[in-house]
Amino acid sequence: MLEIEIDGKKAQVPDGSTVMDAAQQMGVYIPHFCYHKKLSIAANCRMCLVQVEKAPKPLPACATPVTNGMKVFTHSDLAVQAQKGVMEFLLINHPLDCPICDQGGECQLQDMSVGYGGMKSRYQEEKRVVFHKDVGPLISMEEMSRCIHCTRCVRFGQEVAGIMELGMANRNMHSEITTFVGRSVDSELSGNMIDLCPVGALTSKPFRYTARSWELQRRRSVSPHDSLGANLIVQVKHDQVMRVLPKENEAVNECWISDKERFAYQALNSDQRLTKPMVKQGGEWREVPWNVALDYVAHGLKDISREFGGDALAALAAPSSTLEELYLLQKLMQGLGCGNVDHRPRQQDFTSDGKRVGTPWLGMRLAELNNLDAALVVGSFLRKDHPLIAQRLRQAVRKGGAALSLIDLSADDQLVPLHARLTVAPSQLAQTLAAVVKAAAQQKGVELPAGLENVQVCEQAKAMAQSLIEGEKKAVFLGNAAQQSAAATQLHALGLQLAQITGATFGFLGEAANSVGAQLAWALPTGANARQMFEQPRQGYVLMGVEPEFDCANPQQALAALAQAKMVVLFSAFKHEPALAYADVLLPMAPFTETSGTFVNTEGRIQSFAGVVRPAGDARPAWKILRVLGNVLDLEGFGYNTSEEVRDQVLGGASEFATGLDNGLNGVTLQLPQAGQGMERIADVPIHFADPMARRAPALQRTRDAAAPAARMAAATLAQLGLQAGDLVRVRQGQGGAELAAALDEGVPAGCVRVAAAHASTAALGEMFGAISVERA
Amino acid sequence: MFTAETLQKFDREVAKYPADQKQSAVMACLALAQEEKGWLPAEAIEAVAHYLGMPPMAAMEVATFYNMYDLKPVGKYKLTVCTNLPCALSGGYHAAEYLKQKLGIEMGETTPDGRFTLREGECMGACGDAPVMLVNNRSMCSFMLPEQIDKLLEELK
Repeated sequence: MLEIEIDGKKAQVPDGSTVMDAAQQMGVYIPHFCYHKKLSIAANCRMCLVQVEKAPKPLPACATPVTNGMKVFTHSDLAVQAQKGVMEFLLINHPLDCPICDQGGECQLQDMSVGYGGMKSRYQEEKRVVFHKDVGPLISMEEMSRCIHCTRCVRFGQEVAGIMELGMANRNMHSEITTFVGRSVDSELSGNMIDLCPVGALTSKPFRYTARSWELQRRRSVSPHDSLGANLIVQVKHDQVMRVLPKENEAVNECWISDKERFAYQALNSDQRLTKPMVKQGGEWREVPWNVALDYVAHGLKDISREFGGDALAALAAPSSTLEELYLLQKLMQGLGCGNVDHRPRQQDFTSDGKRVGTPWLGMRLAELNNLDAALVVGSFLRKDHPLIAQRLRQAVRKGGAALSLIDLSADDQLVPLHARLTVAPSQLAQTLAAVVKAAAQQKGVELPAGLENVQVCEQAKAMAQSLIEGEKKAVFLGNAAQQSAAATQLHALGLQLAQITGATFGFLGEAANSVGAQLAWALPTGANARQMFEQPRQGYVLMGVEPEFDCANPQQALAALAQAKMVVLFSAFKHEPALAYADVLLPMAPFTETSGTFVNTEGRIQSFAGVVRPAGDARPAWKILRVLGNVLDLEGFGYNTSEEVRDQVLGGASEFATGLDNGLNGVTLQLPQAGQGMERIADVPIHFADPMARRAPALQRTRDAAAPAARMAAATLAQLGLQAGDLVRVRQGQGGAELAAALDEGVPAGCVRVAAAHASTAALGEMFGAISVERA
Repeated sequence: MFTAETLQKFDREVAKYPADQKQSAVMACLALAQEEKGWLPAEAIEAVAHYLGMPPMAAMEVATFYNMYDLKPVGKYKLTVCTNLPCALSGGYHAAEYLKQKLGIEMGETTPDGRFTLREGECMGACGDAPVMLVNNRSMCSFMLPEQIDKLLEELK
């Protein structure tokens, strides 16, 4: 510990601290632009100059290490004079037209020029002009003359996003922030650069000039877009969501959010919102009052239940529904004598149902990810499925030297150095993980688990096993694709084996915002699961927040089952074309900004939130719709007054973290699946197609990540089929097909074709990881 | 993108640094790329970046920072005149003016016959020889008074 005195106040700070760290610890404010606690030190804005005793010149606080007994003056004449001098320099080339700048009112330069700037400029000469750049649909670089070259955006790209897309070209007064010859910024975390920019150089393209910061009300919320549960500040004007920003929570999202979380709000104000209950009568859609719609639904469901039994009904909810919604939905269905309730539309393998010891979760706290020494992630499109978990693992590798290994289905660049990687066909996932288990058992000298005798061990598998044995803090995670694959239970069991042998923690990277919460809310089948309910078509379906044509493991089968059903009730925030064909009732439910609710994120953290705006039109929070529906059906126990009552009933007393989290598995024997035959499909869920909101956010839909799916294959596979990149091909699964362009992607394993799910052009296809045929169109 | 010979030279540069710090060779490799191409088109910068396993923008930062990299095609001879203070005080300013007038072009321009490009340079570390000029980034010419300049231009014609 070192002793330091800042402005007469004494404090002890850890070795290696800078003056800026010490000042922050003591609550002393030192003005700064380029310094950011999450980024490396650049010391190029010079705003944080302070006087240090015995130093002849003012020193930058952000880059000056504390020495024992150091005395610092942040407001002495020398310091203030230096700070004012720097401010005058910064304002020489910065336009002095805050009233027409989009950043006006929330600009660090503007704020600080009030404190340190002159009353008027002494600079009479010409200011420099920097040309605008087009870097894609999210970030506006229209006013680059405002840039003060703090390089926060550049460092963010290098250090946090993992890819340096912006850089500072040229030198001295000609310096400018730009991309490589007019390219776009495509990182899935790029929006954070807007927050980091201390001036109005990088601004949000969708938000630009739609509101002033002082007109906006700031309200807390929680992201429904992935299993991290990022804390959000939703900014509202005239009861409309205008912008979404991260709310700092070091334990969850730090100070970042992904672009999907930042820009998906655009869908909330879109004209595709469903704002009135609608009923299809004689093939015609009619808008009806709520009581009519609910009576219709109640009668319809009751009739089916009475006539064919409760088993003729089924309910499927999106795993991003709130805890309250999921709980009430399953309660309603139980009341109708129906146990066919599920929240896992993309899952194929349900053999672990009834064999799990507790609720599957991450296995550790999110913050612990940064301190891992070794990690193995199995079956994940890591960056796109879990942008901020990927970011934490990137930090673990970058700062802690962790050994990150992947067993995945496509060798996409994860923007992090990997210790080992095996990219295999979906049918090979279990074999490959088994090889790591075997390698670990051999290296540890423990008995080989039964069933793995014939597994071949390769060098990469050995390297993975070794890193997991050597590290002190280590983990094995199953990603979305592993959980969605046909061998999910086997992978689960193998993961547990590997964890046990190596002493690692085993966990799941949760698929959606409330994957953990849904289990706690009992939104699990006692009858048919998400697959069986479509395999064996039912008479009536209740769908909540799902769009089966995009969200189901086998959309073909789901749509066929829905088409034959007597009654399909859809709770949805959006009106969408396919639903008009298969649904009979559309109930407008409120998206997360318009309802109160609770998400339990992948680390088991319980995060409740309130609605931030009034529901659009006649839309209502789904928990209220379900409550009223329960009452109309005369079911017991639907007398809730608030969503908190529902939550407390589900979670008992648990407040911060959920209880009953356990990844254990009972009574599963290892039985490795046979290798697949013929061409296999690899279906990723592209980040901006993954949920109904992102699908309808125009800015997100214009990004590179939202490009229409192609049939991506390795060169060898293309050659084998006699195809060339760019050829139009017809892919088929079962009855359905799609015409796509063939594309060369060496990251796809041989004998596989990568065709994304969740897109209109591929909605007619079947299983995400099933057999597929490819031929020239 | 590059000839085998240039790639071999790249390897020689890369070998000078630890294996995990390949990008230390970026300046040398950019210079070699320019030697082959005559100037540095964006594709060449990107190819160098890929070769060294660094982001293209990081290589672009280097290429745009230093004067000796030409991001636009230049004439056969690139004359870089130092106009920093010590040179300027000892005739560098006049040397620059003389060259402009003699070649009929401004700084940064190329003569219509594609022979000469004129550039303003920063201190070349030889103030005692002021005014100094650099021909094609490589050969340094000292004491460049008008008659010397005439002689040089004659030689290069």
